[in-house]
Amino acid sequence: MKIAVLSGKGGTGKTLVSVNLACSAKKAVYADCDVEEPNGQLFLKPIITNKTSVTVTIPSVDLNKCTRCRKCITFCKYNALALINDKLMIFNEVCHSCGGCIVLCPQKAFMETSRIIGSIEEGISGNVLAVSGCLNTGEVSGVPIIKSIMSKLPKEEIVIIDCPPGSACVVMESIRSADFCVLVAEPTIFGTHNLAMVYDLVKFFNKPAGVLLNKCVDGQENPSEEFCINNKINILAKIPFDEQLGSLNSQGFISVREDNKYKELFENLLTNIEKEILQ
Amino acid sequence: MKIIIPVESKNADAPVCPSFGRTPFFMLFDTETQKSDFIDNAAANSQGGAGIKAAQTLVDSGAKILITYRCGQNAADVLNAGGIKIYKAENGSANDNIKKYKEEKLSVLTDIHPGFHNHGGKNK
Repeated sequence: MKIAVLSGKGGTGKTLVSVNLACSAKKAVYADCDVEEPNGQLFLKPIITNKTSVTVTIPSVDLNKCTRCRKCITFCKYNALALINDKLMIFNEVCHSCGGCIVLCPQKAFMETSRIIGSIEEGISGNVLAVSGCLNTGEVSGVPIIKSIMSKLPKEEIVIIDCPPGSACVVMESIRSADFCVLVAEPTIFGTHNLAMVYDLVKFFNKPAGVLLNKCVDGQENPSEEFCINNKINILAKIPFDEQLGSLNSQGFISVREDNKYKELFENLLTNIEKEILQ
Repeated sequence: MKIIIPVESKNADAPVCPSFGRTPFFMLFDTETQKSDFIDNAAANSQGGAGIKAAQTLVDSGAKILITYRCGQNAADVLNAGGIKIYKAENGSANDNIKKYKEEKLSVLTDIHPGFHNHGGKNK
């Protein structure tokens, strides 16, 4: 089963929750899909067993075959092509690898070439297989890397997907195959606003979801909790605003591996989620 | 020789548009006939690569001089390949800038930016 952990903004605790959930299971896969700033490895410290490059297909042109008809230029929605001084210019960074120009060209003047945009590392950390994507600096979209991560995940195991923040294409790609979505939310108005955004997203994708309220302080108002109650959203658990937890996390420790009370918290959370999925 | 300027409306007294790739119109001024034509910018609402498409329009128009506030790297690559020289616009209308160009008061645009929204920037 695949459990996606997401939030509308950064810093709510996606990686904290993902890493600790993965380590609470007897055996699990942790998939870091936050490919622009992957940080799960800082906690899991896996022994790397495999590293692969991720490539995208881009066109290159044979100017002897090209008749300068401009069909490809008119077609390209991203304007990655231009015809200047009787030569076709191709802007690789702008190309979204749709392959349209290659298919469309009446002269079959295009060839497919590949370009590396990032990498995926696989490694072992105790009971966890850690799969981490990393997008190269300056690249436009991490979607091809996330697709590649998804193709590497074993089907039969518990997979925890650490999503990128927000609700854009990279998040949609990360939750596409998820069986359940955990929405991590902060007890602030800003946090609630961002929770509403990801809640809309998971509703749009018809994904079963529950909210994990992080950084909760007893006796203080929690607008994210109010949002859940008002919208009848399942609250999976509350994580306290806890100095020890913060301290362990800031030093790169995995809390469930350090203290039994956190082990219990995340084991219960995992059990809750599994029940939700099997319902 | 033809001079081209991104403008906010189809009027020689219109202000120069702060955006190059997403300007609504271009004014094409012919120094021989002293006449101005206006071109709709088909790139204005592009999903991405607006600068490249707008630059293609400029090259196709036969202009040799562009007067603009700013210009991205990809557009500059197309303009350079097309032999278009880029000058930095100064506050005022399209006509004011043509006058300044004729008086050789405009400087060449050197601060080409890497592109916006991570689309089309060359960060390497």
